[in-house]
Amino acid sequence: MRKYIVPDTIAISDSGFLFMPSTGETFNLNKIGKEIFQMLQKGGTEEEVFKYILDEYDIDKSSFEKDFSDFVAQLQKYTLIKEE
Amino acid sequence: MEKVKKRYERPIITKHYSGLMNKYGSRNISSPKSEIDGVLVKELVEKYDSPLFVMSEKKIRENQRNAYRIFKNRYPNVQFAWSYKTNYLDAVCSIFHQENSWAEVVSEFEYNKARKLGVKGSNIIFNGPYKSKPALLKAIKEEARIHIDHFDELYDLIELSETNGQKAKVAIRVNMDVGVYPKWDRFGFNYENGEAWQAIRRILSSKNLHLIGLHTHIGTYIMSAEAYRVAASKLAALAKSIRQEYNILLEYIDMGGGFASHNTLIGQYLPAEEVIPSLEQFADAIASGLFELPYKGEELPMLILETGRILVDDAGSLITTVIANKRLSDGRRAVIVDAGVNLLFTSFWYKHKITPAQENGFHTEDTTIYGPLCMNIDVIREGILLPPLKRGEQLVIDYTGAYNNSQWMQFISMRPNVVMIMEDGSVELIRKAETLEYVSEREIIPAKLKK
Ligand SMILES: Cc1ncc(COP(=O)(O)O)c(C=O)c1O
Repeated sequence: MRKYIVPDTIAISDSGFLFMPSTGETFNLNKIGKEIFQMLQKGGTEEEVFKYILDEYDIDKSSFEKDFSDFVAQLQKYTLIKEE
Repeated sequence: MEKVKKRYERPIITKHYSGLMNKYGSRNISSPKSEIDGVLVKELVEKYDSPLFVMSEKKIRENQRNAYRIFKNRYPNVQFAWSYKTNYLDAVCSIFHQENSWAEVVSEFEYNKARKLGVKGSNIIFNGPYKSKPALLKAIKEEARIHIDHFDELYDLIELSETNGQKAKVAIRVNMDVGVYPKWDRFGFNYENGEAWQAIRRILSSKNLHLIGLHTHIGTYIMSAEAYRVAASKLAALAKSIRQEYNILLEYIDMGGGFASHNTLIGQYLPAEEVIPSLEQFADAIASGLFELPYKGEELPMLILETGRILVDDAGSLITTVIANKRLSDGRRAVIVDAGVNLLFTSFWYKHKITPAQENGFHTEDTTIYGPLCMNIDVIREGILLPPLKRGEQLVIDYTGAYNNSQWMQFISMRPNVVMIMEDGSVELIRKAETLEYVSEREIIPAKLKK
């Protein structure tokens, strides 16, 4: 099960505003994006994220799988997370 | 009891770029457009499929009445002539004719289309650089107003009128420097170098031609009202010379079309609403140029306007459906929709207003919209902020009423349905989607190639 490393210095506001102190970059996350990011930050696994989203939201597994891998690729591109 | 699940939206992250802080990743620019003229987009698509062109009867009539009122308030005698090439769907032309517009045509095909719709010859303005001799002859017989583009045509007309013993009713198209570039000097006779005056003299020396007006069309999507004042005053100067030297009064001055609509051009930074003169300003400019006419009161010639774009652009929308979401190699987001540039010709020069048809999230991403054609040029829009869209959801592309339903082409798929939302809210199919039979009907396979 894949896990990700998230620098713990990254701060996120309630509204999804994200600040990376090391580079001064800022980002915006939508609600689901924020929830997922925070789960990963707390050491949550991919499996846990899937379980949570499929439980809470009206979405099927394969659709979410596409969106999730796209989202993770974006986070990696911005060096906000690394694969463990 | 089963748990009620929350509405899902794809997770997104958007980066802020300095200086553009408030442009990125924040609010959706506008609320969704779930209906057009009170009819639900979802219902339109269920019944008529996607993509779907939608025209608004109400908007066309409003635009035409408004434009007439604005010009009539500034000049006593105003006549509009619907520019067929802007949108020649029969239903659209019919509205304009019901609103008392004549027809402005630029080809034999358009001429015949207008006649078929019941427009009489004398209410047709026949423009354009190519009018075949048979077309000219027909126009002479039906007393259409023929606007001469070049000397070869002028001599064709002299010859045709002579052999048929009927005088042709003519005007000349004049091109000129009005301070707008590029200069449209390929149509008609030039003002500054004296060619226009030469053409006028040639017409007036022929007993078979009847000079009834002067015409100009300075270009399309003109953003300067002043250009129209200059154009009107130059035509007024020609009218003055005609009066002084020949004591002839003209029936009309035709100022053409060209007023910019409220679509924003690609490369234009500010939205069109902020940089485009209002119709009132265009009308003021034309009226003030025409004040220089050497005519008074009753004598004043009719002002003809061949306004196209601004009268229908905002009366048309194109509904399109998301086929797929994609991430480009540089990380940008892209969506593929079911309408391509073969349908939306104007996407080559406009940044159309594009709005999701359903409630989507608050957050937006910089997105490129591609059409379904397997061609690199098929870009509906480069870089627009859109919320995450799901497959099967709709986008409404606004201001598509001008030039698309005449310049579209059948390419790798059929052209879709066009509907009109009528003033009473009912929906009428005004052009049926094409079929394979329709497209292949004109083709012939040589016997040798048949199996
Ligand atoms: C002769 C003539 N009249 C009128 C028009 C309509 O112009 P617009 O749609 O810009 O108002 C055109 C289009 O370019 C034209 O060529």
